Amino acid sequence: MSAILVLLPVLPGGSGAFLAVAGRRTRGFAPGAAVAVAAVTLVLAVAAAVTRPEVSVPLFAGLRSGAAIDGLSAVMAVTVAAVTLAVLGYAAGEMRDEESRGRFFGLMLLFAGSMLVTVTAADLALLLMAWEVMGAMSYALIGFWWRAPERVTAADVAFVTTRAGDLGLYLSAGVAVAATGSLGLAGLPDAARPWRDLAAAGIVLAALGKSAQLPFSFWLSRAMAGPSAVSALLHSATMVAAGAYLLLRTQPLLAATGWAAALVSWTGALTALALGAVAVAQRDLKQLLAASTCAQIGFMVLAAGAGAVAGGAAHLVAHAAVKSLLFLGAGAWLAALGTKDMGELHGAARRFPLVGVAFAVGGLALAGLPPFSLWVTKEAVLAVVADESAPLHLVSYAAALLATAYAVKAVVAVWLPADAATRHHTERPGTGRVGLLERLPMPALALVAALFGLVGLPAAFSGWSRLAGGPAHPGPGLAALLLSGVLAVAVALAVRVAMPLVRRRRLAAPGVLREWLLLERGARAVVWRPLVALARALARFDDRVIDGFVGSVPRVGVGLAALTRRRLEKPVDGAVRLVAAGAAGLGALARRPQTGQVHTYFAQVAVALLVLAVVVALVV
Amino acid sequence: MLSVVVFLPLAVAAVVLAVPALRGRAALGAWIAAASADLVLVAIMWIGYRGGLGYETRLRWIPTLNAGYHVGVDGLSLPLMALTAVLYLLCAIYSLRETTRVRAYAALFLFLETASLGLFAAQDLLLFFVFFDLSIVGMYFVIAGWGHGERARSALKFFLYTFVGSLALLLGFIGLYLGGEPHTFDLVDLTRKPPFAAAPGAAALVLLAVAAGLAVKTPTFPVHTWLPPAHTDAPAAGSAILAGILLKMGTYGFARVAMPVLPGAWQRYAWVVVAVGLVSVLYGALVALAQENLKRLIAYTSVNHMGYIVLALGAAGAAGGATGARELAVTGAVTQMVSHGLVTGALFLLSGVFWDRARAYDLGRYGGVAERAPVFARLTAVAAFASLGLPGLSGFIAEFQIFAGVIGTGLTGAVVAGALAVLGILITAALFLRLLHRVFLGRPGELTPLVSDVRGHELGAIAPLLVLSVLVGVVPRPLLALIEPASAAIVSFLTGR
Repeated sequence: MSAILVLLPVLPGGSGAFLAVAGRRTRGFAPGAAVAVAAVTLVLAVAAAVTRPEVSVPLFAGLRSGAAIDGLSAVMAVTVAAVTLAVLGYAAGEMRDEESRGRFFGLMLLFAGSMLVTVTAADLALLLMAWEVMGAMSYALIGFWWRAPERVTAADVAFVTTRAGDLGLYLSAGVAVAATGSLGLAGLPDAARPWRDLAAAGIVLAALGKSAQLPFSFWLSRAMAGPSAVSALLHSATMVAAGAYLLLRTQPLLAATGWAAALVSWTGALTALALGAVAVAQRDLKQLLAASTCAQIGFMVLAAGAGAVAGGAAHLVAHAAVKSLLFLGAGAWLAALGTKDMGELHGAARRFPLVGVAFAVGGLALAGLPPFSLWVTKEAVLAVVADESAPLHLVSYAAALLATAYAVKAVVAVWLPADAATRHHTERPGTGRVGLLERLPMPALALVAALFGLVGLPAAFSGWSRLAGGPAHPGPGLAALLLSGVLAVAVALAVRVAMPLVRRRRLAAPGVLREWLLLERGARAVVWRPLVALARALARFDDRVIDGFVGSVPRVGVGLAALTRRRLEKPVDGAVRLVAAGAAGLGALARRPQTGQVHTYFAQVAVALLVLAVVVALVV
Repeated sequence: MLSVVVFLPLAVAAVVLAVPALRGRAALGAWIAAASADLVLVAIMWIGYRGGLGYETRLRWIPTLNAGYHVGVDGLSLPLMALTAVLYLLCAIYSLRETTRVRAYAALFLFLETASLGLFAAQDLLLFFVFFDLSIVGMYFVIAGWGHGERARSALKFFLYTFVGSLALLLGFIGLYLGGEPHTFDLVDLTRKPPFAAAPGAAALVLLAVAAGLAVKTPTFPVHTWLPPAHTDAPAAGSAILAGILLKMGTYGFARVAMPVLPGAWQRYAWVVVAVGLVSVLYGALVALAQENLKRLIAYTSVNHMGYIVLALGAAGAAGGATGARELAVTGAVTQMVSHGLVTGALFLLSGVFWDRARAYDLGRYGGVAERAPVFARLTAVAAFASLGLPGLSGFIAEFQIFAGVIGTGLTGAVVAGALAVLGILITAALFLRLLHRVFLGRPGELTPLVSDVRGHELGAIAPLLVLSVLVGVVPRPLLALIEPASAAIVSFLTGR
C-alpha cells in the first residue's frame, strides 16, 4: 500500500510543479485542475489514514529515509488535504483571470504537498527537505504580487526568519547521525547526553521559527502581504502548524531532556499571552488574525511541552478549520469591500450574511466560547497543564481569556451596523460581491469549527488519545469546562460593552502592542544591521588588506627592481665600463707605435735592442 | 577509450585551427560536435564503469623520473568528468552567437576541455601537474582575449596568482617524488605506499606545499582575491568554466592527492583544514552579502561553497571520527563539486545575459526585470535557490551530507565547526533573496528596459544545467552510488585499513 503514501504528496507536488513551471498556458484550467487534484489528494489522505502505509528508501550511504503514517500523521494528513481543498475552492473563485493563476495554484499545490511530506516523514532528512521546500513556497506565495517592493520584502523576511530556525534541523540531523548512526526521529529520545539535548535544541529552534513563536513571531505579521487564500492555508494547516506538529511528534524527546519540555511550555504560554495582547491591539482584521494564530499555536506548543499530545492535536485540527474559515471570510470582504480595517468593516456581515454567519461561528470558536470546538480542545490542553505547573496554568488561562477578547472584537466589528463613518475601498477597489465558489467552502469549515469539540466527550477522547499517541491523560473535566465557558462569556460581554466606548473615546492601544512588540525592529537592529555592517567591513577588508597585500607583492617586486637598478646595477655597470675604458685606453696606447713607417720601426727595434743589451748586461 | 575522451577535443581543436574552411559557424559546429561526442563517450564510460580504477592506461613517458602516462577513472573522477563534458557542451551552445575570432575561441575551449578531462583522469602527479598548468594558460587567453572591462589586468592577475600556486604544487609533487620509495610520480603507487610514513616533519612540509598550491586554485580564504576580478572580466562561458570546472581542480586535488598520499599529515593537520574551510564558508558568504556587482557576488559565493568542501574533507580527516560520518562528509564534498559546477555554471551564464543586453553587472541599476524577462527571472530564481541549498535541488544533497557528516563524526571540534558552518546557508539565503529582490522583482530600474528575455541558445545552455540540478536533487541515488565507494576508499586510506 506504500504507493498511496508516495502518491499522496507527489500528486499535488508534481501537478503543482507542472502548473508553476508551465506559465501562462495553464492560466485557463489551473483553478479547476488544482481543485480536482486537491479533491483526489483528500481521498488519498483518507485512504492513507485507513491503511497506514509505510515506505522507506536508501538515501545516503547506510542511511535510509522514508515516510510512515501513524495516528498523529493520519490526522494531520487528512486535515492538510481537507483545508487545502477548501482554500483552493475559495481561491478558484477569488483569483481573477488576469492574475498568474498557473503560478498561484501551482505554488499552492506544492506548498500543500510539501506539508504532506512534512507530516508523514519518519526521519530528519525527509522532514528537513519538505520543511524547507514549504518555506520556499511560502516565500513565493507571500511575494506573489512581486511588483510591490514591500510585499517582496515581506517574503524575504518570512523566508530568512524561518530559515534561521531551520538551521536547527540541520544541526539535529548531524547530531542524530553522531548519536544513533541514523536519521530517524524515533531513536532520539534514547540517545545519550549531550546528543539528546543538542538534537532537542535544534528541533525546538526549528519548530519555534516555523510556528512564529516568540521571538520569531514578526514574520507572520509580514506574511499577510500575500493573497488571502495564502494566509488561509499558511495560518491553518500548513507552515505554522508544522512547527506545532513537529513538537507534538517529538514530545518524547522533549520530555526526555526535561529542560526542553519546560522551555517549550513556557514559550508557548508566553506567546499565547503576549501575541494575544498584540491581537487585541490590532485595527487591521488580517493582522488581528495573524497575531491570534501565533497565540493559538502557542497553546499547541504548550501542549507539546506539557505532554498533552492528544489535546494539542485536537486543538491543531479545530484551529485549522477555524482559522482558514476566518481568513477566507476576511479575504472575501477585502475583495468585495476593499478594506480589512475593522473600523471600516461595520456592516460587512449584514451585507453578506452567509459569510457573516460563518465568520461568526469561526470567531466565537476562536474566542473559546461554548459550545464551539476550541472551547473544548483548549481545555483539553489546559487540564494537563494544570497538573504540571500552577504558574504555567495561570499564564495560559490569562492567554485564553485574551483569546476571547480579540476574537469577540473581530466578530463584533463585522456585525456592527454600518454607520456614517464607515468607508469602504480604503485599500483597493472592492468588487462588491462574494461569488459562489468563495462561499462554498465556508459552511463546511464552519461545521467543523462548531462541532469538533465533540472529540472532548469522554468516550471520544479516549479513542482520540489512542489515535494521537502521547502520554495518557483524561479528557477535559466538566467543571473546568463550565468554569472556562462562564469566564469566556463574561469576557465576551465585557468586550461587547467596551467596544463602542473605545471607539467613541478614540482609545488607541499602546504602540508596542500595535507594532507586534517591536520584534521585527529588534531583529533588524540586533541581527540584520550588524550582520550587514560586518559584511561591508569584511568586504572592505578583503579589498584593501587581503587583496591590497596581493597587489603589494608585485609593487614590492617592481620597487626592488628599480632599487637594484639604481644601487646595484649602476655600480656594477660602472666597474664594467671602467674595465672597458681601461682596455680601450691601453688599446689606443698600443696602437700608437703601429705607424706603418719603416724608419720608426727601425728606431723602435734599435731602442728595444739597446734596452735588451742593458738588461742582459745588468743581469749577467 | 579514456585517452580518446581526453584528447578528442584537442584533436578537433587542431583541426579547427588547421582547416581554414572551418570559420564562424562551422568552427562552432565542430566545437559542439566534439563536445557532444565527448559527452556521449563519458556517458558510455559511466554506464560501463564497474568499480575500482576503470579504463586504465599506463604507458612509459619519462622513465628516468618514473613518470608515466597513467590515466584511469574511479567514483571520484567520473562525476567530475561527466560534469566537465556537460558544461563544455553547454558553453559551446551558449557561445552560438559569438562573433569575435570564433575559430580561436572554439579551439581554446576545446584545448581547455582536454586539459580539464586530462586532469580528472590523471593517475600520475606529473601528468596532473601538466594539465593543471595548461588549464591556467588556456583560461588566461580566454580572459585576456574575449573578456571585457580591465581584462588584461585581471587575466594577468589570474595567471600570476594561480601560476605561483601551481609552483608550490610542483614543489610539493617533487617532494612526494623524493619521498616515495622507489622514487615515483605514479599516484597509484604512492597511494599504495604513502611516502614519509616515518618522517612527519617532511610530510608536513610537503603537505603545506601541496595544500597551498591547491588552496589557491580552490580558492580558499585568504588566497581567493584573484577570483572576483577574473570572473568579473571574463566572458560568460569563461566564467562558467572557471567556476564550474577549474575551481574543482583544487578540491579534487585535495581528495585525489593530498588525502590518500599524505594520510598521516592530513590527519595531523585536519583541524587546520577544518578551520580554513569554516572561515572560507563564513567569510565568503559575508563578503558576498556586501557586493554590488553581480559577478563579484557569485564569485564570493563560490568561496563559500568551496569552503564547505574543504571543511568536509578536513573533518573527514580528523582522527577518531565515526567512519560512516567521515564517508558521508567526503561524499557530500564530491557531490558539492558537481552541484557547484552545475549551479554556479548556470548563474554565470545567466549573468552573461545582463552583460549582453546592458553591459553592466551593477545590482542597483536593475529592478523588476521579471516583468520584461519572465523566463530569465524564473531560471535565475531556480539557480539562486539551488545555490542557497534548497531541497529538491543538487546543493541540498551536497550540503546536507556535508553537515550531517561533519557533525556526525561526533568530535566536539567538528560539531562546533559544523554548527557554525550552517550559518553560511542562512547568509547565502539572505543574499540571494536580496539579489532576486533588487534585480528581478519590485519596480523597474535604470537599465531594466534594455533587458530582453533569454534567447534560444541561452535557454538551451542554461536550462539543462538546472534540470540536472533538479535531477540530482530529487534522484540522487545514481550519482551517490558512483561516489560512495570512492569516498569509502579515501576514508580507508586515512584510517589505514
